[in-house]
Amino acid sequence: MNLLGLLVAVPLGFMVAALLLRGSGRWLILAAAPVMAGLALWLALLPPGTTLLVGNWDLPLGILLRADGVARLMVLAGALVIGAIGLHALVDPPGGNDGGAATAETFWPLLYLMWAGANAGFLTTDLFNLYVTLEMVSLAAVALAAMGSLAAALRYFMIAMLGSLAYLLGVALLVANYNTVDVTLLAQVARLDLATVMALGLMTAGLLIKAALFPMHGWLPPAHAAAPAPASALLSAIAVKLGFVILLRLWFEAFPAITGSAALHVLGGLGAAAVIYGSIQAMRQDRLKPLVAYSTVAQVGYLFLAFPLVAGAVEPSSAWAGMTLHGVAHMLAKAAMFLAAGLMLKAAAGDRIADLGGLAQAMPLTVTAFGLAAVSLMGLPPSGGFTAKFLLLSAAIEQGAFLYAGVLVVGGLLAAVYLFRALSACFAPLAGAGPDTASRGPVTGGVKAVAPLALAGLAIVMGFAGTALVDVSAIEVPWATPTVIQPEVAP
Amino acid sequence: MELLAPEPVSAGHIYAVTGAILTALGFYAFIVRRHALRQLLAVNVVGAGVFLILGGLGRGPDAIDPMPQALVITGIVVAVALTAFGAAMIVRLAEAPRSPDQGKAGKPDA
Repeated sequence: MNLLGLLVAVPLGFMVAALLLRGSGRWLILAAAPVMAGLALWLALLPPGTTLLVGNWDLPLGILLRADGVARLMVLAGALVIGAIGLHALVDPPGGNDGGAATAETFWPLLYLMWAGANAGFLTTDLFNLYVTLEMVSLAAVALAAMGSLAAALRYFMIAMLGSLAYLLGVALLVANYNTVDVTLLAQVARLDLATVMALGLMTAGLLIKAALFPMHGWLPPAHAAAPAPASALLSAIAVKLGFVILLRLWFEAFPAITGSAALHVLGGLGAAAVIYGSIQAMRQDRLKPLVAYSTVAQVGYLFLAFPLVAGAVEPSSAWAGMTLHGVAHMLAKAAMFLAAGLMLKAAAGDRIADLGGLAQAMPLTVTAFGLAAVSLMGLPPSGGFTAKFLLLSAAIEQGAFLYAGVLVVGGLLAAVYLFRALSACFAPLAGAGPDTASRGPVTGGVKAVAPLALAGLAIVMGFAGTALVDVSAIEVPWATPTVIQPEVAP
Repeated sequence: MELLAPEPVSAGHIYAVTGAILTALGFYAFIVRRHALRQLLAVNVVGAGVFLILGGLGRGPDAIDPMPQALVITGIVVAVALTAFGAAMIVRLAEAPRSPDQGKAGKPDA
């Protein structure tokens, strides 16, 4: 088994160990975080295009794991984010709150299951294997959401299962039509016919549910807002991204010759609507965690807004980098923000934004982490979010896509409105009815703020590592040559 | 277009058409029914339909192709595991003491 296999097998091994060790299984993260970070770093340094045929079965039948640009970037970012979330959960255990449905013990196997599923999903090019990884990640995500609210988790479960089956129906049509489900093989034989268009439509619809793109986002805010902070961070940072990465594989690798510009603009339009709608909803929330959850709805919108910009670009590599970097910056910043929000809510009098008063003095490090994450989410320089938005914005202006450019700018402004509202509440003087400051003393203990601060710091540092990351994220695919987009042919 | 090519109707097509009907029925039930258990059953009907389509369309003209079969078996295993998980959650929710968020799953609970 080579490195690519290890990236999937090692988290699964940790999952089994965590299940067997039960209560003391939480200490495993001390080994898992450095080991996985090392493996992911090794992967990022491998020459692009390193592949592994699982079990040495040849392609139409076998499963191909491949380290392309997206996989290397996502696996590395995922290892850093999940590792940091795990270490954070060690010092700040995620107890099930009111639902009482789960205890901190169940958190650890789920974390490793999601890790294995996400790594397999980022690496594989086999659409059926991607279905299995989608289910692994969804299973872990639903169970993590159930730690907060069973009702919200059940709703998430139902809609996610329907999405999986829509995706599977698409896979079935592709099997019947092409007798293969490998993205690299499909790219060579794809043709424009009814079955392929239906398959692509079904798979896209299923994946949009998983990625929570407006208007399929309904399950996300209740599930993400109710879960304990480390679980919310995993859900927003990792679970949502897998659907997005599979959509990249489908739209830009397997079927670039079929996806007409009209279809791309539908995705882009939904993304733009998600940015505006998610931001407005975030502004309307008066509690902190739903605000952060709606911010995820808005940030997912940018990822899809980028689809027509990538496809329409003469030189797509910079728009492509903008899209993937935005995914990574959101992973880092949103994980940091959820962890910081969890700490802030534990210290605050209540879960409303108005209750956050005085926290800036009581827990300066945590509020700093929240603020740094906010800088990246708003796209202020210097940060990963800024680099990504800048690349997308310049692609939009170059193509004369001023609607998308406008949404990119307005979305940043709206993000500033809702995030500064939460931040300024932290700096407000302590509300008279709140608990006395003495009770907040212990929470300022620096250790708990380390993980959110490190993640938010990484999101900022990404802004300085721009060109290196652009190189890492680059992939070699057919669309990299111009004039790929063909006009939609009426079936 | 190719899908509807005028070849003789084979057993595979009958399975696939049945599967399409099951999928549509299950999807309809999923939309119409509100109870979680009924929705879970509806999703399973959709799943059965999808597996029939996968197996039926995957049948070659004469020989049976092993790949769709392998996919169907994997899919059934996944579906069984998820159904058990969903059923367990429904039981948990039914047993849980009545909390304010019950019955209005749309609202994030405090």
